[in-house]
Amino acid sequence: MKISINGKTHALTGPQPLSRVIQGLCKNNPYVIVELNGDIIHKDLWQSVQLCEGDRIELVSFVGGG
Amino acid sequence: MNIKSERLADTVNRAGQTDPFMVGGKVLSSRFLMGTGKFKNKAEVRDCIRASGTQVVTVALRRIDLTRHEDNILEYLPPDITLLTNTSGARNAAEAVRLARLAREAGYGTWVKIEVINDSKYLLPDNAETVKATEILAKEGFTVLPYILPDLNIARALVQAGAATVMPLGSLIGSNQGLRVKDLIQILIAEIDIPVVVDAGIGSPSQACEAMEMGADAVLVNTAVATAGNPAGLAQAFALAIQAGRQAYLSQPPGPRPFAKASSPLTEFLYNESTAS
Repeated sequence: MKISINGKTHALTGPQPLSRVIQGLCKNNPYVIVELNGDIIHKDLWQSVQLCEGDRIELVSFVGGG
Repeated sequence: MNIKSERLADTVNRAGQTDPFMVGGKVLSSRFLMGTGKFKNKAEVRDCIRASGTQVVTVALRRIDLTRHEDNILEYLPPDITLLTNTSGARNAAEAVRLARLAREAGYGTWVKIEVINDSKYLLPDNAETVKATEILAKEGFTVLPYILPDLNIARALVQAGAATVMPLGSLIGSNQGLRVKDLIQILIAEIDIPVVVDAGIGSPSQACEAMEMGADAVLVNTAVATAGNPAGLAQAFALAIQAGRQAYLSQPPGPRPFAKASSPLTEFLYNESTAS
């Protein structure tokens, strides 16, 4: 199953909860902000959201800026 | 001269009580907003926040680098600081709105600096898109601080749109050129009723002082502090200069004259006036 994460294509073994992808890529980073297909997904919902073919995830966090 | 940071904090607090700076319903005692970009390391950001007495810092949102682990900037910010999310990267109003909502939804507050730029050479803001983003976000309850090229018509539109301040640039971002558009900023100060925060291009404490002395309500500085030889030292100098400029403005300095005016009377000299030249 192919999805996009931060603009790059990733292959997943199959449908799975969003939380598994985030945990795998970001470990326990408490500062991750997640957008799925243009919608912001609150941390409480990561476990219950199931990913599908073609989903677009953005994993974002704060950085220094002017 | 080594000025203790405790005394600086006292001065800042006193200023907040007698000359408060209100933005979005919040009373600030410091008129120094600081950016957190371009520092050599994040510990310097923390040190400069302390040295400056700033209560508001800008941060940006970016995709996480999934190839490595890095400390997050938020770990270096004091817990009571106000986060001003910068929509840097946004090329139009829609992208700016998206970034602001991301920050809010993630629990990082509702203060947003709208920065909409689609010119990578001069980094000049798109004033029209900035107004559009302000209209949307102000209606959604954000405290909006829009970054603009100083333009009175745009500033009036931003006031109508519900902006909390206007933030005219002094000169190009990161250029340290000071107040190259001083006359245009002066117009905004004279005509706009919401706070005017000069943001971008302030390269030295004397330039920050100049902005405050002409009546700006606050300044935002990033590059000059972040790229200084001694960032914390310069942050402190900026804080003092901003206070000096504000006090000067409130004390109504007399301004330049085209002719001389003697400091002492031109009579009763200790010589006969007929032999004086």
